[in-house]
Amino acid sequence: MTAKPKIIVGLGTCGIAAGGQDVYQAIEKALAENNIDAELTQTGCIGACENEVLVDIQKPGQPRITYGKVPPEEVGNVVTEHIVKDQISRDFVLGKIGEGDLPAEYEDIPVFFEELPFYQKQNRLCLRNCGFINPEIIDEYVAREGYEALKKVITTMKPEEVVEEVKKSGLRGRGGGGFPSGLKWEFTMKAEGDKKYIVCNADEGDPGAFMDRSILEGDPHSVLEGMAIAGYAVGADEGYIYCRAEYPLAVKRLKLAIEQAKEKNFLGNNILGADFNFDLKVKEGAGAFVCGEETALLMSIEGKRGMPRPRPPFPAQKGLFDKPTCLNNVETFGNVPVVFLKGADYFASIGTEGSKGTKVFALTGSINRTGLAEVPMGITIQEVVYDIAGGLPGDGEFKAVQVGGPSGGCIPKDLLHLPIDYDSLTDAGAMMGSGGLVIMGLDTCMVDIARYFLTFTQSESCGKCTPCREGTKRMLEILQRITTGEGEPEDIEKLKTLGDAISSTSLCGLGQTAPNPVLTTLRYFQDEYEKHIFDKRCPAGICVDLLIYAIDPELCDGCRRCVKACPVDAISGEKKEPHVIDTEACIKCGACLEKCKEEAIKLQS
Amino acid sequence: MSKINLTINGQPVEARAGMTILEAAESAGIEIPTFCHDPQLVGVGACRICVVEVEGGRGLPAACVAPAGDGMVINTESEKVVQARKANLSLLLANHPLDCLTCEKSGECKLQDYCYRYGVAETDYPGEVKEIPFEDSNPFYERDMNKCILCGKCSRVCFEVNGAGAIDYAYRGFKSTIAPAFEEPVENSPCVFCGMCVDLCPTGALNPKLSKGLGRAWEIDKVKTTCPYCGTGCNFYLEVKDDKIVGVTPDYDSPVNKGNLCVKGRFGWDFVDSPERLTKPLIKKEGKFVEASWEEALELVASKIKETVDKNGPEALAGLSSARVTNEENYLFQKLIRMLGSNNVDHCARL
Amino acid sequence: MIEENDFNYAAVDKIYENWKTQKGALIPMLQEIQHEFGYLPRPALEHLARRLRTPISQIYGVCTFYSQFHLKPRGEHIIRVCQGTACHVRGIAKIAMRLEEELEVEVGDTTEDMLFTYESVACVGCCGLAPVMMVDEATYGRLTPDRVPDILNEYQRGEGNDS
Repeated sequence: MTAKPKIIVGLGTCGIAAGGQDVYQAIEKALAENNIDAELTQTGCIGACENEVLVDIQKPGQPRITYGKVPPEEVGNVVTEHIVKDQISRDFVLGKIGEGDLPAEYEDIPVFFEELPFYQKQNRLCLRNCGFINPEIIDEYVAREGYEALKKVITTMKPEEVVEEVKKSGLRGRGGGGFPSGLKWEFTMKAEGDKKYIVCNADEGDPGAFMDRSILEGDPHSVLEGMAIAGYAVGADEGYIYCRAEYPLAVKRLKLAIEQAKEKNFLGNNILGADFNFDLKVKEGAGAFVCGEETALLMSIEGKRGMPRPRPPFPAQKGLFDKPTCLNNVETFGNVPVVFLKGADYFASIGTEGSKGTKVFALTGSINRTGLAEVPMGITIQEVVYDIAGGLPGDGEFKAVQVGGPSGGCIPKDLLHLPIDYDSLTDAGAMMGSGGLVIMGLDTCMVDIARYFLTFTQSESCGKCTPCREGTKRMLEILQRITTGEGEPEDIEKLKTLGDAISSTSLCGLGQTAPNPVLTTLRYFQDEYEKHIFDKRCPAGICVDLLIYAIDPELCDGCRRCVKACPVDAISGEKKEPHVIDTEACIKCGACLEKCKEEAIKLQS
Repeated sequence: MSKINLTINGQPVEARAGMTILEAAESAGIEIPTFCHDPQLVGVGACRICVVEVEGGRGLPAACVAPAGDGMVINTESEKVVQARKANLSLLLANHPLDCLTCEKSGECKLQDYCYRYGVAETDYPGEVKEIPFEDSNPFYERDMNKCILCGKCSRVCFEVNGAGAIDYAYRGFKSTIAPAFEEPVENSPCVFCGMCVDLCPTGALNPKLSKGLGRAWEIDKVKTTCPYCGTGCNFYLEVKDDKIVGVTPDYDSPVNKGNLCVKGRFGWDFVDSPERLTKPLIKKEGKFVEASWEEALELVASKIKETVDKNGPEALAGLSSARVTNEENYLFQKLIRMLGSNNVDHCARL
Repeated sequence: MIEENDFNYAAVDKIYENWKTQKGALIPMLQEIQHEFGYLPRPALEHLARRLRTPISQIYGVCTFYSQFHLKPRGEHIIRVCQGTACHVRGIAKIAMRLEEELEVEVGDTTEDMLFTYESVACVGCCGLAPVMMVDEATYGRLTPDRVPDILNEYQRGEGNDS
């Protein structure tokens, strides 16, 4: 229990982007001005992104109160009122965490994790510390059973037993492929080599995915601990964390965490007095999505172009600098301490037959509650979209959910009942990927979505193998044609043929999965492609070239604003007379739409 | 070395453990198309034309890098494989100039051969094509990177075998190309013009300049010979048309040089029919070279040697022979000079 | 561009010495060189290649692979001229011509005083304001060629971004 009040500001990248630093400074100022003796600290992301900036206040003997969306100009008041007068601002309060008494009038404040719908169905194992601890202070991690798992492993278990425990837990790689982690560890353990490496893939590059960033920023020590346990198990004394350079805060906190862990002898030589050395280095990426592929990542650490190499040999046999290497991603390593703290049996009790434990998802798109949610495997898409994310805003109707980013696919409404696990998603043509979930309503064009993701993969193709280098380019060209009204009847067949060839013959995972966004939308929404190609119509009203701008004469008051706004003089009409758009001349820029106060300009699909 | 047994195209094959599927197939006389594979280079599995179907496997692995396994059942020409190869050929064609009528490589171009084999006459996927400036500023070979299919053999042989590392991949994705640093002409790079890249190029992207226009692949005979330039004795084939030398093809089976050549052996064959070539001895008379008979020339040399030895002693005599004669001739030459009483013998084999 | 004789090789040496004991540290070396010079100068890369005994073609291959690396100096301000349809119709070409005259550079290049890098962009999505250009994060719309020098002037005087 803290002796003086504690104020915690969420300062992950998202919190900072929402103005967290200003809030932090405003609190500092308020504390000074009102002579309040309180501890002001920071924490990482608790997942409720839409409520940033999050401020928590904990008074001794009381539960911790979480406030959301606190603007800097109000936060001083909120803090002062709370600490000085025990008054909780109803405008910003979200919930309470932990034990303690509150004045009776505040009894109705919901219990944060149990009663807030966003958290009710979550099970926060990997994110157990995110939003609780100050990630820049190792003692706070240690206070929450931090490095206990490492201690237990080093002092009471043999490496083989460690591997066995991970196998028993059923943990599978959280980076996309879903390979059983225990097996990977076993292969590396058994591989012959005078030197072995542990590598953590922190090159999270999927658009819309930020779960690894949140873990690195909010709880970096859990990843270091997982890596050290892996090092002990497979016999490695050195490890690398390959972090994308676009995550400067994560890099900073990782480096700090490594330094602190070395001081406490959780890393370094003779860790915790045992005959086990383990050192970690952070390597920053240089801007190449393909380096999230494990062999490309290793090439990049070796200082080469990040071009994937064929497997086998797998990294477990011949990895970094040709030495046996155990490579997992951030979330996988973050789960490892949980396996040893709570036991493999507990871990395996969560989830489904083939997919154990939890998965962190980044929920974005057309939903009421965006954020980061850790859910047990096997939860249905329906539960995530409606129970956790709160469904679509307004009376928006669900159309599809894009799972797994550029490697994943779009899952339609009639598969809402689908359980989220590795195998069900793969069977549906998508994949777990790193865990991005983009929810889309009826106003989303599926052809446009496919084009968007392919634009991304095409620009990130490394260029080594023919199908990915040339094939994604041609698929993208076809999609561009279709979305601009130039589609031809044989294009659908061409997309399927190309997609199959790219999937089955590409060298690496990036290429093999690149056609997924196209193939799944073709599988579930072929009619939309057909409407674009045959009727030159975009039913969702997204593909600009297929829309017609027209003025509703009933609504137009003839103000001439649109006439002046049109960059190509395509609108004509006398003052106070309904105007007309010359659709031939119109370049569909939308300038008129912005200017019209009567909402008389309509987009017709 | 342990043996493994597998089935390829219904045929039982016995192979060595550690072989790739491609090696196992080749050992049984089954040919699988390849672009990026070469036995002297580290496998990269880049071009994906050698994909095969392995029963019970996922996707289509590249035979050149996938290890052959005991009990594997492999089909190298299944419908799935053929469809995939057609698609990849069609993709390569989409980004390759179809000027086969005038292309020097026609007739020995792998892209042409495989398109013929799988009936791919034109691309199904026309679109943007690369436009990289044509490079012919050096005297030995032209680089037309628009014909490059990025198999990467040129850059690998340059680094792995020659050690020059003059060229490598540049850029990424669709913009990828093979280039010297800063895309300078190759003569400004560490290139030593060994021509190994030219020999491994499966298409007309790299072309020996001297052979240009001298004959089509099917008109040319290949005659195995030994390089006359130095005592190393590299072997290669002279490309001959109408009794004239029109080019050089390496002999990868030669125990001496395993197909490797230097700039002289690879590109220096044009002296044979050069009008400037000396065919008779010349003697300088009154400051000018004048044709002479062999008798006259040898007599002059003998008299000069005698004169020098008589006047200044045998040590005043030195002999410098050519690296372009055989070891035996060099042996005889040094013997001659020593017999004349001088140990001052050297020759120009300083390549 | 920097001449080879007065190039600061010592800075490259220092970076090399810092990293040389770490295996495969080419990328961090390049990152530090770029941090030092603002981009990857050719003499620095050639010097590094000599010190590393690595073919320069391979280093060039790495530099052109990763999107973070720049082989040309970048200006303090990035000018992006919109190439969208509306801007095209509304005469962005004249704006571009005027820019090129004022800056004395072509698309993709940086001015001699290192103040501006001049780039083009597919569409900035402000068609109603066409023709449009951006300087850093600021958008300048309804441009006329005559406004171009005034806008550049703001940045040359160290103001700007107030539009």
